[in-house]
Amino acid sequence: MASNGKLTGKQRLGWTALTIVVMGYALFPVAAILATSFKTQADLGNASFLPSSLTWENYEMILFGDAQGLFLTAFRNSIGITLIATFIAVVLATLCAYAIARLNFPGKKIILGTALAVSIFPVISVVTPLFNLWRNIGLYDTWLGLIIPYLSLTLPISIWTLAAFFRQIPWDLEQAAQVDGATQWQAFRRAIVPLAMPGVFTTAIIAFFIAWNDFVYGISLTSTEAARPVPAALAFFTGSSQFEEPTGAISAAAIIVTIPVVVLVLLFQRQIVSGLTQGAVKG
Amino acid sequence: MTTAPETSRRQKREAAASHGRTADRKNGSGKKRTNRAKSEARLGWLIAGPAFFIMLAVTAYPIAQAIYDSLFSFRLTSPDDRSFVFLQNYMTILSDTGVFWSALGVTVLVTVVTVAVELVLGFGLALVMHKALLRIRGALRTAILVPYGIITVVSAFAWYYMFDINSGFVNSWFGWVPGIDSDLDWFANFGTAITVIMASEIWKTTPFIALLLLAGLAQVPDELVEASKVDGASWRQQMTRVILPNMKAAIMVAVLFRALDAFRIFDNVFIMTNGAAGTEVLSLLAYRTSIGRLEIGLGSAVSVILFACVLLICVIAIKFFKVDLASGTDAKGGK
Repeated sequence: MASNGKLTGKQRLGWTALTIVVMGYALFPVAAILATSFKTQADLGNASFLPSSLTWENYEMILFGDAQGLFLTAFRNSIGITLIATFIAVVLATLCAYAIARLNFPGKKIILGTALAVSIFPVISVVTPLFNLWRNIGLYDTWLGLIIPYLSLTLPISIWTLAAFFRQIPWDLEQAAQVDGATQWQAFRRAIVPLAMPGVFTTAIIAFFIAWNDFVYGISLTSTEAARPVPAALAFFTGSSQFEEPTGAISAAAIIVTIPVVVLVLLFQRQIVSGLTQGAVKG
Repeated sequence: MTTAPETSRRQKREAAASHGRTADRKNGSGKKRTNRAKSEARLGWLIAGPAFFIMLAVTAYPIAQAIYDSLFSFRLTSPDDRSFVFLQNYMTILSDTGVFWSALGVTVLVTVVTVAVELVLGFGLALVMHKALLRIRGALRTAILVPYGIITVVSAFAWYYMFDINSGFVNSWFGWVPGIDSDLDWFANFGTAITVIMASEIWKTTPFIALLLLAGLAQVPDELVEASKVDGASWRQQMTRVILPNMKAAIMVAVLFRALDAFRIFDNVFIMTNGAAGTEVLSLLAYRTSIGRLEIGLGSAVSVILFACVLLICVIAIKFFKVDLASGTDAKGGK
């Protein structure tokens, strides 16, 4: 159909329209908050989409001004906690998925089933006992106190995605390389690692998105800037005075925390899509 | 490159473990195979175990604790007054006028509406991406991954500010629509508030459904579609007779995953209304009871009920709609 060769003028017009509609759907709310982030305090009430004049004052406020302490510490917390949780999850999930794809042992299905069950688990159901326990053992409001529960978000999807990836790797290559004279380690490193790395990398991106998005753990298990991540900090943002809505500052902060997402998506859209669909739909 | 010791090591290895099947056939002894299976099982659990036990530790333990706590009258504000009340908390919740049932109703409403809308929208998006030229396809996928990757709280604020009576532009843009004028406070009434909440939820999660359905579309054999075209099937017939039946599994999985996700909705409601105007959902009720008011016993009971609802949805989907979530677990290709 459309995929073979030249388009007629009419088809071209149709596809242009469709592309604009899809792009508009996907990007309009982002554009709206981007526009809001450049509005002056007075401009916020003028009920129009675009700012009447561009200002950087909202960005200055959260990066260098009064709200700096609030936003930058939360941003650092988010990045640190999310990266550590992602790293641990991907390392453990890689081992786990390797065993599932490569070895024959009883309990394989139990592990995959558990991962599935954990991924549908309502976070809110486990947060109260954790809240209680963390306060008793001193993990409340610490990085570690968030990293541990984040593993419940990142591990299951990592195991599923990686198991699906690893099943497609032609493991015989390893033996072929050995026949050709490579040692076992060489064979693994030269033949298998290059095939497995894209899967591991993709899984890391997806796990990062999920931990980056967390809100329930973030607001329940922290109380100060010591560990509060960005989504939770945004929810508790207050204006510089009680008569001022923090709309501009929140919008600017929202844009800054969206930049990493957009960069990852731009660079790795193909990998993300294959990772997302492989774990879930395997015919 | 290959040195002598390496070669001999390789030969030894080839003769032994890595070619297990040959070795088994040669030796033919059942005992050898059992030993091999045993050591493989041990190795398997050794490297898969840590992930498994961490998953259990961070979910099974807390849910067990929540079930236990839900049987006590227990407030953190007076920890010494803790007493065993058995099912009293559940009775209180279920018989309490309104609060719980209204939250359950709103949660079900949000789940049904968002999943239905997302299924239609997502299928449309999937069709567009499926048929698009490669050049456009990349751009489209990049665009729809933005809502997927964006933080839900950010999405909630974006939608909130669009509709907000002070800073929003929706009232002035859509002033010509009957019922919308500059005085309309979207977050003061249930109908309008829940609409915006669902819009944000739908915007953020439709890409996920679209990508799952796109994968499903790609699995429909081209020959079947071509054959139906040759036989003179209309576009509608191709859809309902060939394409949709062949991607039933993908649709079911997408619907179940999204339904379970929508049932746990929290972030959008928390940011936009915090439960005002009758928009309280189950997750928010649990949060406000336990973390907000520190009524651990009562809050745990709400959490357990929420968990039971999620399980129930799963059981219904698997038993009655035969959703095969484990279709990917079969390790056929592995060994």
